[in-house]
Amino acid sequence: MNKKNTEYLINRKDNQYEVVIGLEVHAQVLSESKLFSSSSTKFGAEPNTQVSLVDAAFPGMLPVINEFCIKQAIKTGIGLNAKINKRSVFDRKNYFYADLPQGYQISQFKDPIVGEGKVILDMPNGQKEVGIERLHLEQDAGKSIHDLDPQNTFVDLNRSGVALMEIVSKPDLRSPDEVNAYIKKLRSIMRYLGTCDGNMQEGSLRADVNVSVRPKGSKEFGTRCEIKNVNSIKFMQMAIEYEANRQVDLIEEGKTIDQETRLFDTKKNETRSMRSKEDAHDYRYFPDPDLLPLEVSEKFIEELKNDIPELPDDKKKRFIEEFKLSHYEANILVSDIDTAKFFEEVVAKMGKNKDIKLAVNWITGELFALLNSKGLEISQSPVSVKNFAILINLIKNGTISGKIAKTVFELMIDGDKDPQKIVEEKGLKQQSDPKALEALIDKIINDNREKAIEYKQGKEKLFGFFVGQAMKASGGKANPQLINEILKKKL
Amino acid sequence: MSIDLKTIKHISRLSRISVDEKRAEKLADDLNSIFEFIEKLNELKTDDVKPLTSIAETTLKFRSDEIKSKNIREQIIKNSPEDNEDYFVVPKVIE
Amino acid sequence: MSEITKQSLTELVENIKNKKLSSTDVTQAFIQRSEKSSELNAYITDDFTSALDKAKKFDQNPNLDLKLPGIPMAVKDLFCTKNVKTTAGSKILNNFVPTYESTVTENIWNEGAILLGKLNCDEFAMGSSNETSHFGNVQNPIDKNLVPGGSSGGSASAVAGQLTPITIGTDTGGSIRQPASFTGIVGLKPTYGSCSRYGIVAFASSLDQAGPMAQNVKDCALLQEVISTYDLKDSTSINFKRNHYSKELTKNIKGKKIGIPKEYRVDGMPKEIEDLWQKGIQYAKDCGAETIDISLPHTSYALPTYYIVAPAEASSNLARYDGVKYGYRAKGENLIDMYEKTRSEGFGAEVQRRIMIGTYVLSSGYYDAYYLKAQKVRKLIKNDFDEAYKKVDAILTPSTPSSAFKIGEKTNDPVSMYLNDIFTVPVNLAGLPGISIPAGHDTKGYPLGLQIIGKAFDEQNILNIAFAMEEKINFKNKITDWWIK
Repeated sequence: MNKKNTEYLINRKDNQYEVVIGLEVHAQVLSESKLFSSSSTKFGAEPNTQVSLVDAAFPGMLPVINEFCIKQAIKTGIGLNAKINKRSVFDRKNYFYADLPQGYQISQFKDPIVGEGKVILDMPNGQKEVGIERLHLEQDAGKSIHDLDPQNTFVDLNRSGVALMEIVSKPDLRSPDEVNAYIKKLRSIMRYLGTCDGNMQEGSLRADVNVSVRPKGSKEFGTRCEIKNVNSIKFMQMAIEYEANRQVDLIEEGKTIDQETRLFDTKKNETRSMRSKEDAHDYRYFPDPDLLPLEVSEKFIEELKNDIPELPDDKKKRFIEEFKLSHYEANILVSDIDTAKFFEEVVAKMGKNKDIKLAVNWITGELFALLNSKGLEISQSPVSVKNFAILINLIKNGTISGKIAKTVFELMIDGDKDPQKIVEEKGLKQQSDPKALEALIDKIINDNREKAIEYKQGKEKLFGFFVGQAMKASGGKANPQLINEILKKKL
Repeated sequence: MSIDLKTIKHISRLSRISVDEKRAEKLADDLNSIFEFIEKLNELKTDDVKPLTSIAETTLKFRSDEIKSKNIREQIIKNSPEDNEDYFVVPKVIE
Repeated sequence: MSEITKQSLTELVENIKNKKLSSTDVTQAFIQRSEKSSELNAYITDDFTSALDKAKKFDQNPNLDLKLPGIPMAVKDLFCTKNVKTTAGSKILNNFVPTYESTVTENIWNEGAILLGKLNCDEFAMGSSNETSHFGNVQNPIDKNLVPGGSSGGSASAVAGQLTPITIGTDTGGSIRQPASFTGIVGLKPTYGSCSRYGIVAFASSLDQAGPMAQNVKDCALLQEVISTYDLKDSTSINFKRNHYSKELTKNIKGKKIGIPKEYRVDGMPKEIEDLWQKGIQYAKDCGAETIDISLPHTSYALPTYYIVAPAEASSNLARYDGVKYGYRAKGENLIDMYEKTRSEGFGAEVQRRIMIGTYVLSSGYYDAYYLKAQKVRKLIKNDFDEAYKKVDAILTPSTPSSAFKIGEKTNDPVSMYLNDIFTVPVNLAGLPGISIPAGHDTKGYPLGLQIIGKAFDEQNILNIAFAMEEKINFKNKITDWWIK
């Protein structure tokens, strides 16, 4: 594919602009308890029921760090091919807000736990490398609710203190499509690692998007704007599209772009300035004196490295080599850990004489369609791995045809039924007895003498008619391959 | 160096403490005399000195990932100036 | 047997253990004296009714194996005490009732002690005279209209005035040692990390330490033994071998090397302080110690460093007092207006001043020049001590550059007030233990203290030196009970 054709550019009169995007992704660490307190991180609890004295910043309360969260951050760093810093420091980021009980957020400013890394994106025109600047651990804030009361704001601190990983990319992204691929890749890696569930609806994954534009070919960066807290990929893409065009318009009008924080209004599909300059934030970062520098040993990191599962890129490579899958097929299977898991389990269950291509086609075809129609994740599949594998084997060994298999699949859904039993009970077994089929075909040829003669005279299209008749007569159960062979012989 | 009223205004805003004109002048005087005394540190060359990050010479200890704090909403909200039993209530936030 | 309130902790424990006194006798006596001592204004909140109940309960089934069996005591109002109002001397917390207990006070109750009440202190422990308290000045039992020092002014006054046999204070830049010196009692600031900070209203996290205040060194050692524990709830709590300080206490300090730092001979220091110091050196020698002249070259930079580090941490630590979760709230038209009015009305002038200094030194463009610079100098100050401790076992200095001053004398000049802590602040900056013991009187008859500074975790050594010197000094506090109604 020609790379130039896929470039995302904004055109105005004679000018073309390139969009430069960097992302700060906030990923909620998958853990039982919070980063510095022992209250639960579970989503959806009643307001203020998962708040400890530490989370609500009572006088004299002190933070004590959750070891598991440190491990999760390091594992994610390893998954991002990044440098793990053996010494990192927690800083306080000071600002006042109703849902920030301490009056500061504990974060990592100068010395993050994870340094530079990279991720590879599979774009239609080839692979693209995106640089990771850093990953650091920080506390989430609570929630301010503005629409329950006309005069007041309500504050729920359940989220207060939940561990987040902020993953900062380099400004390497160039289009909304790349942003889409990047977020999905990050999500995929973290789900493989079990470090973040990637659930955007529940806010486990949010991003601040930095957008700037520059004339095509320019090496210098333009002034960037930060779009805060966008919580879906679709909105990110819309926000970037709007923001890039807004900036280009300003440049075209000879105006300057102010470096500022903007908010994406999902209803109006536009970004707007969030804070006046007068109120510019000065976070007064300094090392948190309640915490000592965080030090991890080489051994600690090595043990985590040994604990890293096969990640999507390696899995894809293996699928291509081991199962002779295409890049396209492998990509689909590895992009989500549960899909990959389902596939591999099916492969394992199919036993010796297996048809992997057939399994892939059925997963990406029938199964995906079913899940889609029911709005389910593959982990919630109504058809179990075991029965799915049996079904594929029934097709492969000729017990049922692909067409009958679709009927069987429909019947399996309700209650995860064993396809073998369905085939037996409903008598759907494929007829593969050559003698019986010969008799059946003889009868058809006899009943359609004229058509048989026309065929012999050269009207080859009629072959399909005979196949159809034979299948019909068998109730769809005849082995299509045998029918073909016998028909060729007899006609 | 001198701390003027504009600076006082800026830091009072950052620290969320309202200060009227009269107090601002007194504060500026106080802070200037304190900083005059602090400036003594400039006598020292410290380019090669590593800053102290923690006086306790040990490393950070870890906690295991267990939920120990249960629902103590009543306790958490008990001392609040205003609440509705579920939420803390504060005057409307104006951006 | 002498009057109950005149007895030391050690005597009281002995008398309770020998059943010569009951906890109720002792508690009653201290309550009665406390009630007659309202003019000292040492208490912010008393818990007398409950204390008597607890004493009676203790007497019904006394556990005499405890270290503080049925001993009543009041504590500085910076320690969070479950179901007892905790104000930190501030209007912003004037209605705050914790639902939890600080580790240090928990340790005390676990050894059988009984809470008498919460003692006055400078607001958020920011002050050297107890004059910044929202709950008013504290009188020094030594003389009328004399400050007791600060910030643990109420604690010092209560021990010296015999309203409580012992107490605990907190020390960020001298807040235990300076008031101990001003009131003629003993006060120990332990090594940073020795006593848990959990549940103590924070002032400056990297400097704050709780510590005992008592009438004599032995009582101090016993209380330190109780309050110093390794605590998983405080990430800066340090796990080291803690001594049985009172059991291991000895007057044998023969051959101990004691450093005399020349930089503590500051300009304008009254002659009586210099004389006291010389006497102290002689006492140490009389006890068998060897004194050695040493240098702590960065001493004069300690106070400027402290006045960057402490306010910076305080500005952040005090951000949680915003009228949302607890404490005082002013009416505001919107959230920001509420914050600004709450904090302006809720914090006193000195606290506001320090928050402003702290905010300024951390603000964009000034961080390197102030905060980072201060952390570098702090390192140099610590290095000075490390260097000195290669040659000596402990360091002897005056506790304060003057004796107690009159109420109102220094309130309008923050810098002269800050200079009070010139000898105590370096110890906090270096995280070391320091003890102040009463060692003499000035010409006005006001007490003066000597400070012994130890190596990190070497509390036993400075307690021993203090114990030995205490006997030679044979200090008698001149308390006339002038305030008793």
